[in-house]
Amino acid sequence: MAQNAMAAKAEESPDAVHPERMHEGVQYAPRVDILETENEISIYADMPGCKPEDVDVEFENGQLELFGKCMPRQDKVHYLLREYGVGNYHRTFTISEPIDVASLSASYKQGVVTVRLPKSEASKPKRISVQAE
Amino acid sequence: MIVNRGDARSQPWHEVHRIRSDMNRLFSSLGRDWPLLAASYPPMNVWQDGENLYLEAELPGMELSDLEIYVIGGDQLTIKGERKPVQVDRAVWLRRERGFGKFSRVMTMPIPVDADNVQAKLAQGVLSITLPKGADAKPKKIAVKAE
Repeated sequence: MAQNAMAAKAEESPDAVHPERMHEGVQYAPRVDILETENEISIYADMPGCKPEDVDVEFENGQLELFGKCMPRQDKVHYLLREYGVGNYHRTFTISEPIDVASLSASYKQGVVTVRLPKSEASKPKRISVQAE
Repeated sequence: MIVNRGDARSQPWHEVHRIRSDMNRLFSSLGRDWPLLAASYPPMNVWQDGENLYLEAELPGMELSDLEIYVIGGDQLTIKGERKPVQVDRAVWLRRERGFGKFSRVMTMPIPVDADNVQAKLAQGVLSITLPKGADAKPKKIAVKAE
């Protein structure tokens, strides 16, 4: 019985490693810069060619998910040169720092998504004054 | 790795087929339009119709004022610019993948273009350039006379 269960699992696994298939076409992981200051973590992601309303930023249980829908800009043209492909963007990050979810903000300008994750009060460094006796 | 001798005789081809099917699965999941990797920055796509050549490049985070675009000799297109790094005071870099700095790329167009009427626009980090074909390069319709 246990062997059967294992065999079934092994059969399922080849499909389980293809999360890309949930969305149509090729997906690209955007390149990012991530910076941390005392008060916040900021993420800059290159996601050119999206409509601002098609960019999604979600934060849940310490997981930040960036998703951008990006439709092909040319229809059935014959390329003389083709050095990059166009498709949706998707990338997920695990944020270990406690974040003040209520004041999280995101913007999309010139094809760059900027996400600001303010640290929650509890996780900010506190300066403790040392008193001389 | 310990290979059982009895298996070794029958297994190699099995292994080759397994690797091949894994590779096929990998490439099919990436799709058929697997783009070529560009050696220069920015990567470009170029296509044409009867009237124009079209060039597109992804330049996220840049404005038209950061770019210089010009055509020399009727067929050499140059795109120059500088991408500035993100600057945040007293910050620690946790990840740095986006490139920055000056770049310049020269492309030789396959046919001469009308340099005076080249148009460029930049929207959401995508640069689109329309280069009208030179008068000599446009397709000409040749009337076939019946005798």
